[in-house]
Amino acid sequence: MKASRELQSAPPDRAASAHLDVERIRRDFPILRQRVHGHPLVYLDNAATTQKPQCVIDAVTHYYSADNANVHRGLHQLSERATEAYEGSREKIRRFINAGDAREIIFVRGATEGINLVAESYGRRNVGPGDEILITAMEHHSNIVPWQMLCEEKGARLRVAPIDDAGDLMIDAFERLLGAKTKLVALPHVSNALGTVNPVGRLVEMAHRRNIPVLIDGAQAAPHLKIDVREIDCDFYTFSSHKVFGPTGVGALYGKASLLEKMPPYQGGGDMILSVTFEKTVYNALPYKFEAGTPHIAGAVGFGAALDYLERIGIGAITAYEDELLAYATAKVAAIDGVRIIGTAKEKAGVISFVMDSAHAHDVGTILDQEGVAIRTGHHCAMPIMERFGVPATARASLAFYNTPAEIDALVRAIHKVREVFV
Amino acid sequence: MSDLRDLYQELILDHNKRPRNFKALPDANRTAEGYNPLCGDKVKIFLRLEDGLVQDVSFQGSGCAISKASASVMTESLKGKTVAEVESLFKRFRDLVMGKEAESDDLGKLVVFSGVCAYPTRVKCATLAWHALFAALQGKDNAVSTE
Repeated sequence: MKASRELQSAPPDRAASAHLDVERIRRDFPILRQRVHGHPLVYLDNAATTQKPQCVIDAVTHYYSADNANVHRGLHQLSERATEAYEGSREKIRRFINAGDAREIIFVRGATEGINLVAESYGRRNVGPGDEILITAMEHHSNIVPWQMLCEEKGARLRVAPIDDAGDLMIDAFERLLGAKTKLVALPHVSNALGTVNPVGRLVEMAHRRNIPVLIDGAQAAPHLKIDVREIDCDFYTFSSHKVFGPTGVGALYGKASLLEKMPPYQGGGDMILSVTFEKTVYNALPYKFEAGTPHIAGAVGFGAALDYLERIGIGAITAYEDELLAYATAKVAAIDGVRIIGTAKEKAGVISFVMDSAHAHDVGTILDQEGVAIRTGHHCAMPIMERFGVPATARASLAFYNTPAEIDALVRAIHKVREVFV
Repeated sequence: MSDLRDLYQELILDHNKRPRNFKALPDANRTAEGYNPLCGDKVKIFLRLEDGLVQDVSFQGSGCAISKASASVMTESLKGKTVAEVESLFKRFRDLVMGKEAESDDLGKLVVFSGVCAYPTRVKCATLAWHALFAALQGKDNAVSTE
């Protein structure tokens, strides 16, 4: 992550990038082999969702072609295979984030549901009138609204730790906001709109000194960084499959077993029970207590295949390659007249948000699309960040390890096209 | 580039840079706001409606070139028109930007938005000011949203 500030003007050289054969990696992603408006597709909207390698597509197809059955139910061969594949993915997630026990991994629909689960289950039991929940000024709406809903219901107060003009969390102010009334801290590992990497280990330590549990929204970190929940020592960590090259509609919530065991179920239904009578229901053990109903089995299988794929490439190699690419892209984009980068934190991952003097982000997006370059424009589900920086919207290019310096050059050429139209 | 010039015609770029009637109207008797949550575009319409005629109209706000130019050209197209004429104009304008109708002569300057129909995601940008205008005509106080 250190490389992002050392602006480079030359493309990442072959020697430094030798550990990642990007051309070969690109062949794993069938969707990348297409032209858009007559130009090769340059997909730079990875913070919104990532593309899927063939092995993930194959895993989902194979599951439906060969193994489809309901999990944890049937005694028949297919159900055994489906259960094995589903629970196998849980174990892959455990390994991916280095959790101690697969019981601490709960399948959810995505990071949004992971946060809602904690707000509903942990929050409703542990937050009361006058209590406080602390978040940061760089949240995605999904790490704001569930806490607002909880605070409204409980008469609690949502506090917001500020960020500076670079987009870095103001650590001293964060620490001052941790008080006797603080019942939970929720913060992003990486900001989706700014790319800021938060020093999560240090922040967790500050909260734990006051016995406050911490939830980390890892949606934007999982595709870029090695995650070790035991080293971070966070109490909850959640991320989405579709942002780590797996299917949409599935994700994972990690929680410390000691906390999860004390929490009430999130939803009621099948699979989360041991026994039901009309008088009383005995809930199932972890993690099933939190998994009511038939889950997204095929999604979970694809999720596991995506994590296998990432491990084969190596997260360390991915981080190193993306750091170089981000530094290259940052230098190239920042050098364009009339372009201002929003979010210049000391440590960043994967994201360049920018505004142009002459053109609104929406116009930038349309013109880039005509050049085959896919980016996100708008508020990135982070309207308070837009307000903090005094812009209505930004254009955001977000990277994955399959992006190349040549694609950054295409982005830069397309931005110059915007300047030609909006002289 | 020729495709892009169909969308970003000179008149649109000009109205984006120097929007007309871009001000509050002190004697407005109707106002309404429009908001496009997808891209954050905001527009506030000021309208002076007397005897069923649009006496004056202006706008303020922030947004992309299409939404800003559309609001600007709209304000220039409405003065002196009856409510029924405004409604008819909007219907034809909407058909134009949605590609349902070939360019018709009586749209005046509004025909510069004909290129929008090739960009479905931008139709809302072109119609935002109009939706706000209708909220103002109907005397709705609430902000209208394109969503």
